[in-house]
Amino acid sequence: MIEAVGLTKRYGDKTAVYNLSFQVRPGAVTGFLGPNGSGKSTTMRMILGLDNPTSGTVTIGGYPYRKLPNAPRQVGALLDAKAVHGGRAARNHLLSLAQLSGIPARRVDEVLGVVGLQEVARKRSKGFSLGMGQRLGIAAALLGDPQVLLFDEPVNGLDPEGILWVRNLMKALAAEGRTVFVSSHLMSEMALTADHLIVIGRGQLLADMSVTDFISANSADFARVRTPDTEPQLREKLSSALTEAGGHVLPEQDGALRVTGLPLPRISDLAYEAGVRLWELSPHQASLEEAYMRMTQGAVDYRSTIDQKASLQQQPPPGAQPPMPVPGQGQPGWYAPPPPQQGGQPFAMPTPPSGPYGGAPAGAYGAPGAGAPNPYAAPQGQPPVAAPPVPAAEPSQPAPAAPAADLTKSEDAR
Amino acid sequence: MAAVQVIRSEWTKIRSVASTVWTLSLAVVVTLALGVLISALSRSQYDNMPVRERLSFDPTVISFAGMTLGQLALIVFGVLVVSNEYSTGMIRVSLAAVPQRATFLFSKIAVATALALAVGMVTSFAAFFLGQAMLGSLGTGIGDPGVLRAVLGGGLYMALIAMFSMGVAAMLRSPMLSLGILMPFFFLISNILGNVDATKKIGRYLPDQAGSRIMQVVPRIDDDTPYGPWGGLGIMVLWVIAALVGGYAVLRKRDA
Repeated sequence: MIEAVGLTKRYGDKTAVYNLSFQVRPGAVTGFLGPNGSGKSTTMRMILGLDNPTSGTVTIGGYPYRKLPNAPRQVGALLDAKAVHGGRAARNHLLSLAQLSGIPARRVDEVLGVVGLQEVARKRSKGFSLGMGQRLGIAAALLGDPQVLLFDEPVNGLDPEGILWVRNLMKALAAEGRTVFVSSHLMSEMALTADHLIVIGRGQLLADMSVTDFISANSADFARVRTPDTEPQLREKLSSALTEAGGHVLPEQDGALRVTGLPLPRISDLAYEAGVRLWELSPHQASLEEAYMRMTQGAVDYRSTIDQKASLQQQPPPGAQPPMPVPGQGQPGWYAPPPPQQGGQPFAMPTPPSGPYGGAPAGAYGAPGAGAPNPYAAPQGQPPVAAPPVPAAEPSQPAPAAPAADLTKSEDAR
Repeated sequence: MAAVQVIRSEWTKIRSVASTVWTLSLAVVVTLALGVLISALSRSQYDNMPVRERLSFDPTVISFAGMTLGQLALIVFGVLVVSNEYSTGMIRVSLAAVPQRATFLFSKIAVATALALAVGMVTSFAAFFLGQAMLGSLGTGIGDPGVLRAVLGGGLYMALIAMFSMGVAAMLRSPMLSLGILMPFFFLISNILGNVDATKKIGRYLPDQAGSRIMQVVPRIDDDTPYGPWGGLGIMVLWVIAALVGGYAVLRKRDA
């Protein structure tokens, strides 16, 4: 059990971690998420007593790390895979660490086997790839068979097979009742590995909840409803019926409707009552990655700007298109909108125009707002928000940025 | 108990990198080769020497002439042992395994010092006997008064130089910075300060100037050095203690 209380770390006038309080419990994989530079590694170093907190405390099993009896047998950590003397053989590196903790040399060969480095055990770690370095670091963390394990970005540089291996290893370690604390900046990876999530941004706690809670709190469920393309009046009819019944209806670019606030059977019943045929009625969920980006978007330290290439620009050849700005890059208020076509087309689109969905390609792909004024664009007098309301999203997010991004995207699509 | 574990680990670390072998063998080779060369030159030049110099002719010191260069290799050894931990980032792994920083630092220094002392003693005795063989009839014997003390002192001096470098490296952390300060200091600045009349009085309290006094057997004429051989070594030990305390204070206070 790791417990942080009011943990704060300042470097000069820069605050790396501010008033962080959390608990990491045994028997579960706890994911530690945050953008680059959000204070994850600093927090990890403070847990291990390497950095002194400016204020606040962090304890492992009730002890500050420096006072922990027999620390290396209780806590194993992977902080930086490159933190190895390049001229020292992998086995000697681990042997020196094992001897530090009074672990027999036999154990070194065991962990080398566990991470799959037996073949290169006597090679200098200078020649190791990033993935091999990560494995060596994980081996070092496992040496003491510790009850508490900390991994800082363990899947960096690993191939898919290695990522799967790490994922299973974490789960197995947690299943044995150990405390496993894994940092990452990849939400998608943590969604698969972790049971619990601690999200920080700019050194402050943004979320501390189980992965299932995080999913239900942050991913907006919605239904996609598609009426026959050939009869636009049906779509309008259904829209008003659904809105009347208390649903939120938003048009999608390809002519489908995105409905929130109504369960699927109810939508079907309403359509039946209104006499509208449905070509599609499907449940959807905004991805966790989006929820995470929305949560941390105010807390990203390093944001790229559009590459203007101004000094490299030559006279464009006549008729050349100016480069289209990529939505989301270099726009401070931008956040990832739930994609209008999540997961691409729900069904494979047949190419011939005579197919069931291809009857009116222009209508199917045209942005609703671009052509005729769309009566459903602003339901219930709300500002024209393309994104469905997100329950746990940050209140400060500048929502009106979304439609602009959407329009750009739709122009892109054409 | 913990210290024994750290010492074993540090021994594994120190023997498993190539820089240990390189720096230490360089120290031996340079000290011996230069000592032999200068001893041979001194013998052939003895007859041309002024009387003053003949009177203070110290065959023991002459056989140790290579140490001025050989100590530089030991400085590199001492700096690398400590600063390698920082330049590789290994320090975090090590300190995560040994949260007691005093145990960690002093075990590390103990292992490296023991190795430096062993190498220093071997070098000192070898330099003495090779040098005396070159000096022939001008040479002295290990049984002569003060000679054994000087030869043992030579080994101690080399170990203390390495220790001092470790303390400085623990304070500065960067190998480039540490070497950039220590090398010119011991090779140039200290020698200049110790030999220029104006600064002599201060210069002789510098660690290497004071410490090398232990290797002298025949006193110089009109020598007004206010300390004896062991007093000089004591001054050097004080320098070493200061460097180690500083290094420990930095390790304890600062973030790793």
